[in-house]
Amino acid sequence: MSQGDETHHFRRLIVVWAVLAVVLDVVFYFAVGPHVPPGAMTSTASGQQFDFNVLFMLALPVMLAVWVYMGYALIVWRGSRAGAVEPEGGPKARGHFGIQVGWIITTTVIVLGVFIFGSIKLADAGAGGGEGPDPLWTPTSHDVLPIQVIGQQWQFTYRYPTFGGFETRQLVIPVDTTIAFHVTSLDVIHSFWAYQLGVKADANPSEDNIAYTTTKQLGTFTVRCAELCGLWHGAMYNYGRVLPRAQFFVWAQSTEHQIAANTKNLPPFSYTYVPDANGADGGFYPDTADPYSNVEQYGATTPSK
Amino acid sequence: MALDMQESTGAERSGGTRPPQARSRWLGPHAGRALVGAVAGYAFGHWIGNVVASGYTNVQGSGQNDVAIVLALSIGVVGWLAGAGMLDYPLAKIIGREPLPPTPSKSWTRYFGPTLDHKVIGLQYTVVVLLFLFTGGLLAMAIRTELLNPTNHVFGPGTYIAVVSEHGTIMMMMASSIVIGPLGNWLVPLMIGSRRMAFPRVEAFSLWMFAAGYLVILTALPLGGFQTGWTGYAPLQTQASGGMDSYLVGFAVIGIGMICAGFNLAATIINYRAPGMSWGRVPIFVWSILATAALLTLATPTLVAAGLFGTLDRTAQTAFFVNEHGGSSYLWQNLFWFFGHPEVYIMALPGFGIVAEILPVFTRKPLFGYRVAAAGMIGVALLSFFVWQHHLFQSGINPDMRPLFMLTTELISIPTGFIFLVGLGTLWKAKIRYEVPMLFALGMFFNFLIGGISGVFLSDVPVNVTVHGSFFVLAHFHYTIMGGLVFAFFGGLYYWLPKMTGKTMDKRLGKWHFWTMFIFFNLTFFPLFFVGLLGQPRRVFEYAQNLQTLNDLSSVSAFFLGASFLIFVFNFVRSMFIDPKPAPPNPWHSLGLEWQTPMPVPPYNFTRIPVVLADPYHYGTTDGQAVADLGPRTLSLAGVGAPAGSADLGSETVAGEEGSADPRPPIA
Repeated sequence: MSQGDETHHFRRLIVVWAVLAVVLDVVFYFAVGPHVPPGAMTSTASGQQFDFNVLFMLALPVMLAVWVYMGYALIVWRGSRAGAVEPEGGPKARGHFGIQVGWIITTTVIVLGVFIFGSIKLADAGAGGGEGPDPLWTPTSHDVLPIQVIGQQWQFTYRYPTFGGFETRQLVIPVDTTIAFHVTSLDVIHSFWAYQLGVKADANPSEDNIAYTTTKQLGTFTVRCAELCGLWHGAMYNYGRVLPRAQFFVWAQSTEHQIAANTKNLPPFSYTYVPDANGADGGFYPDTADPYSNVEQYGATTPSK
Repeated sequence: MALDMQESTGAERSGGTRPPQARSRWLGPHAGRALVGAVAGYAFGHWIGNVVASGYTNVQGSGQNDVAIVLALSIGVVGWLAGAGMLDYPLAKIIGREPLPPTPSKSWTRYFGPTLDHKVIGLQYTVVVLLFLFTGGLLAMAIRTELLNPTNHVFGPGTYIAVVSEHGTIMMMMASSIVIGPLGNWLVPLMIGSRRMAFPRVEAFSLWMFAAGYLVILTALPLGGFQTGWTGYAPLQTQASGGMDSYLVGFAVIGIGMICAGFNLAATIINYRAPGMSWGRVPIFVWSILATAALLTLATPTLVAAGLFGTLDRTAQTAFFVNEHGGSSYLWQNLFWFFGHPEVYIMALPGFGIVAEILPVFTRKPLFGYRVAAAGMIGVALLSFFVWQHHLFQSGINPDMRPLFMLTTELISIPTGFIFLVGLGTLWKAKIRYEVPMLFALGMFFNFLIGGISGVFLSDVPVNVTVHGSFFVLAHFHYTIMGGLVFAFFGGLYYWLPKMTGKTMDKRLGKWHFWTMFIFFNLTFFPLFFVGLLGQPRRVFEYAQNLQTLNDLSSVSAFFLGASFLIFVFNFVRSMFIDPKPAPPNPWHSLGLEWQTPMPVPPYNFTRIPVVLADPYHYGTTDGQAVADLGPRTLSLAGVGAPAGSADLGSETVAGEEGSADPRPPIA
């Protein structure tokens, strides 16, 4: 087999691959990209969407390279083809220094690029993931609304520490606001997954798991439990709303006053709760000596409008 | 390299301190006696447990008592091992008696009892592994039945979650041994030119532990199932019902079996290579088994320890995983995934080995980049110990480590990619024969590409926020484990069954099996990537209305996927038992050393330790270089099976020839 024959195969493959890769990448970017989950309701959601799209546009040419090559090989070099020749053995068929080194360098460069890109995106306030009690990547905004998410078998409840610590079963948040979700659990491990918000954080007992996001659009979103938590895990979901800021503060303050009597019966607000082993009714008590320490973190207990 | 079989295994020893005793076949150790032992042990353990602990560990309202269940299962396993004759040898040694040799048998009953023959053990493993696979497969179809409709339920939530957990656990147990057990045990000694495994008794022990694990995990269902999925996260684990004990004991039992299988294979590969079988000539499948064996030996102890902690939490009221009492729920996640992620590669590497072994045979070309392939396997094995926290990206544990684990996870795709370099390079200007094993190998490349690339999305922390714990993950690991490993396994089975059984599998049915399995596998799992991206978490029985079409497509395809295995079963039963056709000695014209042995392979494989002259990938050269010198009269030429006549030289004649083994030292 001549050298020309090899270049011939190689050139054909490169052309087919390059055309397909460019066309499909462009089609993906314009036609599919904007609709990729989880959408653009928050900064983290659109961040994840952007990340996914970038990765996909990198992955597509890689996958196409394998598919185009394999498809070509399986058709052109099939043994049943008329005129199929016995392949050449020998050292040439056992490896090719240039190709091997080239492959290793290419994959390494792609992988390191993906890593650097992912790290930069992660450093943007944790990208919506749970960062534990001491977040490493925090939002730049000083106007952060803390909301506690409490997982228990089998529902989520939400407490608003800056509004007297009242508790609801519906998550309501204001638009254009940076929100710190403090996720904890009363029993087993759950995972707070606010799908359209691009937020996911495990709810661990005795742990305060913080995740940040900044809301951008009004609308409703789904909250599902994303960590198997027992029998009714599959039914552990509810819906939340993103309201205009003014409407949110009206809602929060009126709710605070309406259910003030209930709030008094709750354990004082704390980032984590411990089951009361001595209580006859199986209640919970704060896990910290100073349950209102959130004041230090978020300033005044009631934020300004 | 000369081996004294008699000294080291006790096999074939006649005499000793007392004459061999003729035992009835029914009283000797076999699977039936093992079952009786298991039941007796179970009953005894249950009774003891109730006597010592019924006062304080009753599971509320269930009449169950965790101490009784754990003791019943543990002593049941001991009873099983005793019944299978696994304790005879060590007990005899302990009381200072000369252990009875196992009765060598040529009858079919040898497949139901303890044996020191790695080839019998390999076939026993095949049957147990297929039992695991089909049980798990039936459970999978039950899951897909429930998911046909978003809100109408076939099962109650308790049954559903028990089925999901049982499916996951059975499949993980199966996948950890699916290649190591059947093909690893059967082929490795033949491929490296050894007459046996390094520790035949340990090998048998690992098989009987594996089978015991199957029975133990099955007991979870009558005990009420367990609610945690295969990951068994605490504290849900601590509050789960009695089936959780089956999970913990079952994983410990399987784990001990895996450790034994692992170090036995590693010791065999390192020490029992024939002269001339240098590291540069070891078949690539053996490299993959060596890397896997290292992972089995080093990673699995963590699982066994974690299982012990969990069992103590549930029975002795310790608090390893209970936050309020000083334990940590993160501890289980760390221990579990410290085992669990190497486990993922325990399930991937042997598949790589099989396809890399199959490709050269059906392309008639040498393996491209042999060193790269071996280095890739070692690289994957090493890196796999440094990625486990990517399972905990959203858990809230040490966020500062996230970039590191993102880096290591993405780095591991480099050595994993080597297998694609090797595969694609081997296809270059080849002469491809589309036999059934080759189809499965090519299918593996197609599926694993999708599985591997989707893994990069999961490793990216921001994207992970959306896809973590969703059906995207599920689709990803089914593409790697089922699309990768199980496809490779069936490719290997079609490739080596003629050697293992001496009978030919039907080619047309094999192709039907491949195409139905390939098409319906992709139709089952590809939609699940979208289902996950669109927001469906794993292990739920209720989902959004708009996802029903995709879920139904997946469910219906899953039934057809299940049916495709019936084609295999039909083909297997027909080709092996109903209408057997003897296989030619080397149906694929392979150069592998295992194909150069006579058919059927005699009890100790080689009448004389072969001298290996070349690696088994000399395709495409015209000089017909011999792969190995199998004996004075049996110089084997490329692609030609060993001549008849050497088949009858049983192990009895071996001792005399041992001394005359080739004086050349092994090239290490």
